[in-house]
Amino acid sequence: MTLERFLIIGAILFSIGLYGVLSKKHSIAVLMSLELMFNGINVTAVALSRYTVPYLLTTHSGEKVVQYLLTGQIFTIFIITVAAAEVALGLAIIIAIYRTHQSVLLTDSNQLKN
Amino acid sequence: MISQGIASSLTVEISFWVISISTILSAIAVVQIKDLFRASLFLILTFLGVAGLFILLGAEFLAGIQLMIYVGAISVLIIFAILMTREIEISNQSHYMRILVSMVALGFMLLAISLITSTDWNLIDSRSFPQNQTDEIIATVQNSIPTLSKMLLTEYVLAFEMVGVLLLAAVLGALALVREKK
Repeated sequence: MTLERFLIIGAILFSIGLYGVLSKKHSIAVLMSLELMFNGINVTAVALSRYTVPYLLTTHSGEKVVQYLLTGQIFTIFIITVAAAEVALGLAIIIAIYRTHQSVLLTDSNQLKN
Repeated sequence: MISQGIASSLTVEISFWVISISTILSAIAVVQIKDLFRASLFLILTFLGVAGLFILLGAEFLAGIQLMIYVGAISVLIIFAILMTREIEISNQSHYMRILVSMVALGFMLLAISLITSTDWNLIDSRSFPQNQTDEIIATVQNSIPTLSKMLLTEYVLAFEMVGVLLLAAVLGALALVREKK
């Protein structure tokens, strides 16, 4: 039950973020919900790396487990870094769109429609 | 055997429930509150809760990273962007497909929870290792930073360098995007 409850929290965070990403009009609100999804994934990865070992180790039992134990934490570091880069670029794009259109609503950015 | 350390004392249980419930409630507040500025403050609260979950999972380094990058940098960026675009009064509304989207998200959540509870996880506590490996595993779980730094600079060193290049490209791209045209 100790692993599952962390995974359930990650799934709940991811679903709340999914709802926000798909349903919001304001582009900054969409970015914030995207951060919620990233956090849900991070919780899931860290919990998996704390409580489980990769399946391959059950067949190759001669290898050392410690090398693979923290793979989820390494992935979380990379996810956090990529998320930081993504937020910086996303907010820059939003500000650039706001300068040209005077609006940050996603429903107003529809030049490709006509 | 391995699960000693931060296993199940009453303090850990209580702090787990407090942290997880406040995290989920503030995450709901992020998508439900009308005022976008207040929603971003609740987003900071969610980040803090996730950092607490990292500490409960024995990942203290990641908790520090979370505090520095998410709470320190990303939330400040988001608040700056909200204030610069000055449309707080239009704020955090949803469009007309809201009911359908909430059904999709709820369905995804129920599917994920049912899959999580029905999977037979390959738990590390239920496996038996040789004695020297068990000692190493316990040492790694209790203090993960040495192993983490060793892995970052040996096995994942290529990805580590690429992430540095990516951050540089993101900084330059953001500067180029928001620069005023003369």
